[in-house]
Amino acid sequence: MSYICPQDLNVKAKEVFADLNNKQDSLKAKERMQIPLQEMPVLEPKQRGTNQEEVAIGFTKEQAMVEAMRCIQCKNKPCIKGCPVGLKIPDFICKIAEGDFQAAADIIQQDSLLPAICGRVCPQENQCQLYCTVGKSLKDIDKAVGIGRLERFVADWQRKNKTAVIPTIAKETGKKIAVIGSGPAGLVVSADCRRAGHDVTLFEAFHKLGGVMRYGIPEFRLPNDIVDYEIANLDKMGVKIVKNFVVGKTRTIEQLKSIDGFDAIFIGTGAGLPIFMGIEGENLIGVFAANEYLTRANLMRAYDTEHADTPMFKSKKVAVLGGGNVAMDASRMALRLGAEEVNVIYRRTIAEMPARKEEVAHAQEEGVNFLELQNVKRILGDKDSKVRALEIVCYELGEPDNSGRRRPVEIKNSEFEIEMDTVIVAIGNGSNPLVTQTTPKLKTDKRGNVIVDEAGATSIEGVFAGGDIVLGAATVILAMGEGRKAAKAINKYLKN
Amino acid sequence: MKHSITFKKQLSEAVYMIKVRAPLIAEGRKAGQFVMVMIDEDFGERIPLTIADADVAEGTITLIFQIVGQTTQEMSKLNVGDALAVVVGPLGTPTHIKKFGKVVCVGGGIGIAPLHPIAQALAKAGNEVTTIIGARDKSLIILEEEMQSIANNFIVCTDDGSAGRKGLVTEPLEEICKQDKPDMVIAIGPPIMMKFCALTTKPYNVKTLVSLNSIMVDGTGMCGGCRVDIGDQVKFVCVDGPEFDGHLVNWDNMIARLNAFKPCESNCRMHKAADKKAEEYK
Repeated sequence: MSYICPQDLNVKAKEVFADLNNKQDSLKAKERMQIPLQEMPVLEPKQRGTNQEEVAIGFTKEQAMVEAMRCIQCKNKPCIKGCPVGLKIPDFICKIAEGDFQAAADIIQQDSLLPAICGRVCPQENQCQLYCTVGKSLKDIDKAVGIGRLERFVADWQRKNKTAVIPTIAKETGKKIAVIGSGPAGLVVSADCRRAGHDVTLFEAFHKLGGVMRYGIPEFRLPNDIVDYEIANLDKMGVKIVKNFVVGKTRTIEQLKSIDGFDAIFIGTGAGLPIFMGIEGENLIGVFAANEYLTRANLMRAYDTEHADTPMFKSKKVAVLGGGNVAMDASRMALRLGAEEVNVIYRRTIAEMPARKEEVAHAQEEGVNFLELQNVKRILGDKDSKVRALEIVCYELGEPDNSGRRRPVEIKNSEFEIEMDTVIVAIGNGSNPLVTQTTPKLKTDKRGNVIVDEAGATSIEGVFAGGDIVLGAATVILAMGEGRKAAKAINKYLKN
Repeated sequence: MKHSITFKKQLSEAVYMIKVRAPLIAEGRKAGQFVMVMIDEDFGERIPLTIADADVAEGTITLIFQIVGQTTQEMSKLNVGDALAVVVGPLGTPTHIKKFGKVVCVGGGIGIAPLHPIAQALAKAGNEVTTIIGARDKSLIILEEEMQSIANNFIVCTDDGSAGRKGLVTEPLEEICKQDKPDMVIAIGPPIMMKFCALTTKPYNVKTLVSLNSIMVDGTGMCGGCRVDIGDQVKFVCVDGPEFDGHLVNWDNMIARLNAFKPCESNCRMHKAADKKAEEYK
């Protein structure tokens, strides 16, 4: 995919728009499918690689309307089934095509609390867009209607035009709910339970809200202002927010019930426990969990060397281990922090990477190298215990495994050394044990994830859980979907 | 929550004691636990400080810190009535307190501060407590009276002999191990001191706890920056510690990791801390 500047994209969109706008009503499905897909305008790769500015700029009005016209408004609406929160996708897209952005925003707001965030970071290609009839008919999932981009367009339009209204709150019930963790799951539970008239307190361990959206996902992919804006709505709804409060330490779950009188508790503490490779040299200076690297840069703002007190490691040659979205975030962050060379090392090939295609493409455009079919065997240090080099071993793809991906097989005697001074380990996260360790009655599985029933209820009465603490490291939207389910169960529980 | 400073006292040239309002932490804290502190929510760093004492009735905790970097420098300028932006905790696993019998508490420099609540709890649990505290010179000895009041035997060491015995804390520790083998030793101070305390007790097979002060970002198990090799396992100081079996700690790696941010130009508290402490102990 070669880079096209935003202006050119918009000129093209305007031409198409001028041609189509008057005959919209008479467009047949076939004609709609011939409308060119609208690419997301992005900042120029070399320029953006040096700062934290958001890479994806967002559709213009014309681009959004043209893209919306690509939707054929099919009867089955398979896209809705692909959305964890059941957004009424064809309805809002129809309103965009008509140019009625306010109506589109109103439709989204019925189901989604965080559209500006979801529109940016949801893996739509595995959800709504995976089922899109347009993509299926064109036999290319990349040609599905750009639902995520359209959702983002509407959310950004609404924010800019300040037309959001605070949802109506039901009559106060006097019931108290504690929500632990202000990540995507916790935010949804807070909103949904508050709407039902409950007295909701949202607890956050950090000094800033948003969970993984704050400490993990970088500014250049999800600006903090947007996270702040979406959370400010909770405040306006009357959700009480308590930061710097570690449930499990400052208060246990038991104490929240017995001393503070909470009638129901939701645990949404996320997957904040870094997993390491367990290889030689992993404790050398210059080896970081992606969590630490990104938390320093994002939450602690270490990229802003002029103002931030938190230091950032100075790197020349960086290896990022892993192939997920976190690996992409870490590698792109390393580039922005001034590394001369950033290499993503992955056992399989780019095609098997769990990261979103778009993120991989962005990383490539910015100059991140991808070392496919390779893995690190040992990390080698110098006399000062600093990372000096990696011992790499090569792989080839064998038979498909349970996940359907071809299994990487080590090639014997293929080891070689490459010089590196920094290693970022981005191979996944386990569940954060702070709450579970201090809540002995809470049942967990062998991975430390909280066990819940279909509705999100845990083994303790009145205690619910959702998001990554239940799922293991997943996505923002899945956590939101879980939160929605749990909130429903909590509201029902408190009625009885 | 406003974490106002209700009391401030300078203990030595670069060491300060403050009492800060944090009622829930005061209520819940146990010996050996710490808090993360920030002086500015937007650009400040998160630094770990051990809870030296707490007053539940007053709703305050006592923190003792040494000026070693930007944050502690600015903290030292705060006065009664000012407030810390963030105090979160109590974090870490509390010290396992029970009646061991004869215990020796060894504290070096600023490490005497975190040792105090532990010595207190051990004494309360009915142990016979011998306390050895040491520093470079007399002016750097802190909490002398407090430590003496809870000890059955009390020894002060200074490098220059300006107070107590001239020499390192490991000397009386070795004598005690030889003469009257203790049931447990707990040593808190500069890493190099803790390393040598562990080396001293090892031949006598005396269980020796140490409290590690690794580099941390969040303090809740999320960043993994504080990881240390304990025997053949990797542990996180913030959640598994801060106390570990001193005989199992990979000291060289632990001390090297304290210097991880040394080449960075920014205000890296920990490396300066490590340098200064090592310097102090030489």
